[in-house]
Order: sequence, then structure tokens, then C-alpha cells
Amino acid sequence: MSPATPRKGIVPKAKALNCPNCGSQIELRALGAAASVICNYCSSTIDASHPQLRVIAQWQAAMTVEPMIPLGSRGKLQGVLWEAIGFQQRGINVDGTNYFWREYVLWNPYHGFRYLSEYNNHWNFVTPLRTLPAATTVHALPGMQLGTERYRHFQTARAHTWFVIGEFPWMVQVGEVVEAADYVAPPKMLSSETSDNEVTWSESEYLTGAEIWQAFGLKTPCPSPVGVFANQPSPYAGRVAATWKFYGLVCAGLLALMIFFAVTAQRQNALDQKFVVAGRRTTGEKSFVTEVFPLEGENGNVEVSVNADVANRWVYLSMALINEETGQAYDFGQEVSYYSGRDSDGDWSEGSRSEEVLLPGIPGGRYYLRVEPETDASLSDPIPVRIQVVRGVPYYLRYFLGMLLVLIPPVWVSIRAGVFEAKRWGESDHAGGSSSASEEEEE
Amino acid sequence: MSSRNAICPNCGAEVRFRWSGAVQTTCEYCQSILVRNDLNLALVGKAADLPVDISPVQIGTEGIFNGKGFQVIGRIVYRYDLGTWNEWHLLFSDDSHGWLSDAQAEYAVSFANPFTVAPPAEGYLERGMRMEQHGVQLTLTVITEAFYETTEGELPFRYYDKEKCRFADFRTSDGRFATVDYSEEPPLLFLGQFVDFGSLQMKNLKEFEGWPTV
Repeated sequence: MSPATPRKGIVPKAKALNCPNCGSQIELRALGAAASVICNYCSSTIDASHPQLRVIAQWQAAMTVEPMIPLGSRGKLQGVLWEAIGFQQRGINVDGTNYFWREYVLWNPYHGFRYLSEYNNHWNFVTPLRTLPAATTVHALPGMQLGTERYRHFQTARAHTWFVIGEFPWMVQVGEVVEAADYVAPPKMLSSETSDNEVTWSESEYLTGAEIWQAFGLKTPCPSPVGVFANQPSPYAGRVAATWKFYGLVCAGLLALMIFFAVTAQRQNALDQKFVVAGRRTTGEKSFVTEVFPLEGENGNVEVSVNADVANRWVYLSMALINEETGQAYDFGQEVSYYSGRDSDGDWSEGSRSEEVLLPGIPGGRYYLRVEPETDASLSDPIPVRIQVVRGVPYYLRYFLGMLLVLIPPVWVSIRAGVFEAKRWGESDHAGGSSSASEEEEE
Repeated sequence: MSSRNAICPNCGAEVRFRWSGAVQTTCEYCQSILVRNDLNLALVGKAADLPVDISPVQIGTEGIFNGKGFQVIGRIVYRYDLGTWNEWHLLFSDDSHGWLSDAQAEYAVSFANPFTVAPPAEGYLERGMRMEQHGVQLTLTVITEAFYETTEGELPFRYYDKEKCRFADFRTSDGRFATVDYSEEPPLLFLGQFVDFGSLQMKNLKEFEGWPTV
């Protein structure tokens, strides 16, 4: 290719022009690119694509809205410097209530037009689409597909233009009505606007007010967003799956530990002794001590199981595990009771003839048990009792308690995520419908 | 092949052709529209003044499309209800040529193609209608009535005597598009794709007072 002759074209700044209707000065920021400009003073819509401005339409401003981003401000978004050149307030009417949002026209001489929209201090950076999304179904709702992303229908409403200032790439007019439909895949949104059978599509990306304030260097305080916006990314997105995954890992770990300790448990049979608890008519010393038995190992648990052949009565054993050498005593007690009978509902029973007590952290050494039995003084039959002491039994409860405890974060995050999605979809055309929240997290 | 340089029959200035296939060009000095007949240039008219135009592209702008370098050598300017748009004539490094359309800084590159299926008749155009060309499923989205405003530089055909043009723009779900130009008989088909400004890596662009250069 032959080298080009560089012809350094420089486009000068647009000069201020006078409104053909009221004569006041109009600043044109994108002369030749914008199709229309609104006079600040008389609100006429003026054809901005001709060097000689001409009035397109005049209207009475029903309201005046001050843009939060002053026209003429510049800010860098997505790596490109943009100038705010136009502003409009639009609204929809739902059940008699007007909901307003605001849109800013952004312009860069090389990159053309983009938009910012703001509702309840939720912001979106809007890029006009030149591809056609394909209609599809997402979770039983109508949706749109663009590339690999699938968007769920959120809302369709008639959008009314209430207030306009500055420059626009189309012939904007107050009173303009379009049918606007939104499809969401947070943080993105696809929107269509239909008027006179012409459909235009745009793609929005959620931004926070703080990002806008920083980009445009705004000095005013940045208001906080209210509620949850259609395509606001959930702070719990991705965390639900992550916390459940973590939960699964912890459970697997606990299970592995439990199996390891079950397999390697010491299970030393230290004592197995039978005796009889006498009834009322028996005299003599009630308490007694067992033979001395060794508890092996440095430290570990001790399981004392009590089996009493009781029928419709109780026996209570006050016990102490006493170290023969040091005199250190571990006091504990256990009741064994068993009742049964028959009533109008049939046979019943209550209690058990066997009970276990687990004593944790018993140092090794030589021990004996001191046992002091008590029983229902009104009954006289002697009760055969068997006491077994096992050193180092596997202990399962703590693992299940652990699993229950680590269940709290994933359940909490799932609930919060569900509440967030419910708030989002509560603002949509599909409010109160089938659970959108839980479905949202499945992907 | 014709010589790359000629003399403007109107003002005598040197007229330099960048592309051997150019049929029409505009004298840079006196804006005469010149048509090539063999070795001679015939004066066929005078180009209208260029409209207020803030396209960043200009004749001499260079860029890259699909890995192939191009140079902007001419343009047609159309006026429509939102202002004007440009169809920049691109000469590629392999001597092929195409078009870069720039409407409100939305850019698209297209190439003339034969129809594989006859296009809908001009009187039966309707938004939403489907058409398949070269295996691409296309949906008609915009019918544009445009007025020929002016031309600049080298063009592959004579384009000085037109007034009203009708274009049918078709889009796809993957960023491709087609335009049927009904100003010719039979109509012309242009197939192409929308492009991001940045992806064309253009140089020799216009500068804008008060804006950083790209």
C-alpha cells in the first residue's frame, strides 16, 4: 500500500449558537453527531444536525429535574473518556404510581454514544446493541439470549419521557412514549425499546454511585442506593455455592476423623462387675467400692455403662472414679429406670435398663469406683446391677455437633441470598410467582 | 492499468490515485468530480461542500480489519433523518476494497457481494422480514430513506448523479449485518459486521479540540 498523505484534520470545538425559538445561547457539545438539542430556557427540541438550527417541537416542561452529573462533565468509564451531553427523566406508571428514572447521554468523538441510567441511586452503563438477541425461555420465564448469556424477563412497561435537556442522538421529545422491556442476568441487563414497530436493543452493566462519583469527580455527596435493583449483582452470588462446598469439605474431614478414631480406639475393658442393690428391708452399708483396675495410656475417655434389671422402678447410682495413687476423684451419677404397662393405647414402656456415662480426659493410672446406690424405698426386691468400665471408646456426638455447627454459615448465606433475590424479583412483573430465588442460585 | 497520476481537467492540479480500480474521484483543490475514461479524466460535476461532519475518520486514515491493513481513499456522504452518515471507501493491502460505515460513531465494515437469493422487492420491505444470503440468517431491522449528499475521493463506481436512496438494513444475533442498496438496478448487497472503534486500530484520525487523541 502506498503511504497515505496524512491530512491533519482538526475538528474545532462547537461554537455556541442561538436558539431559533427564544434566542438564548445553546451550547453544542457534539455538533453533527447529536440529532437534537433541547434549549435550556424555552425547552424547544431543536434539530442539531443542521448547521442552521431549526425547531422541531416545543413543549411545556411539566417538571424540572437537576441532573446529578452536570452536563459538560467528563468521566472515564470502561477505559474511555465520556462527556455528559444530554439528560432526560422518564417514568412508568404502575397501578397509578409514577416511578421515575433518569438517563444521561454520554459522548466521545471517537466512540460515539453511550448512556447512564439511574434509579434510586442504582446506576447502569448502557451500550446500544447492534446484534439481535434471540428469544428463549429461562427458568420457565420468557428470556433473551445474547452470545452465551441468558437473560430472564424482568419487566415490560410503557416509558414516558417527562423532562429533557441537552443533546440526543435522536429527535427526543417530552411526551415520547415507548414500550420498554428489561431482561436481567446480573450484573448485566438487556433492554428493548419499541416505538412505531421499531425495536432498539441495549445492554446495561450495573455500576455503583461511588463508581460514578469517582469517574466524574463529583463533589456532591453520593446518595445511597435504595432497595435492590433489577440487575444489581447479589453480594451472595457465588458465595452460596462456595459455603456449601466448604461445608461438604468440613463434613468429609469430620467423617474421616470419626472413622479414624473409631478404627483406632483403644477399647480397653477395664472393669466388669456385678452386684445387687438391696431393697428396703436390707440393712447395712449401702455404698461399696469395686476392685482396682488399670486405665491404660496417658489420657483418654472412660465409658461407664450401667445395666440394672429394673422393672417399674428406678435405681440411682452415685459414683466416683478414684485414682488409687493420687486420690483424685471424678464424681458422677446415673439413674436407670424402666417402666412398662398396658393402657387403652396398648403396650407402653419408658426408660431403659442400660445407660452409659462418658468421662472425658481421665489420666492413666490405677483406679477404683466407689458406688452408692439408691432406689425406691417402697419396694423391697433386690436389683441385679452390672457395671462395665471401658477405657478409650470412640465418641461420635462431637462430630455430628460439629457438622451441625458448620451448617450455620451455608444456611445463613442461602437465606440471605434468597431474601436478596426475593427483593429483586418483588419489583418485577413476576413478583409473587414461583420461587425465583432458589432457582437463581442453581446456575 | 491506468496511470496513478493525472491532471484535473478543471484546475490543472495533480490528481493522485491510490487505487488502480478507482472509477471516480474528487479533485482535492477544486472539488470537481472526475470520472476516469481510459487515460483521461472527465469533469462531470462539482462536489457539494462537505456537511458539518465530526466523523473521526478522514481520507488517509489507516487501520486493520480482520488482520488486513486498509487505507481510507474515498467516501459517500448520505443525509437521513438523524443527520448524515459516511460510507468510507477502504482499499485493503491485497488490493481488495470494502466500506466502513460510520453513523453516529457506530462503525461497520462491509463488502459488496452477489445475492445468493433474490432480495425482497423494494415495495415489499417490512421490518422483521427474514432473508438468507451466503448462509447467513438475516432479519430486516431498519429501512432508511437517505439522500445522497456528496462524495469525496476515490470510488469504485460513478456516484455523482444520484439523489434519493433506499437502504434495507438486516441484522443477525452475532454482530453481522447486510445492507441492500435499492438505488441501483438491480439492487446491491453489502455483507459485513459491526466493529468496535478500538478494534480497527486506526491511525491518521482527525483530532478533536479539547479531547485527548486516541
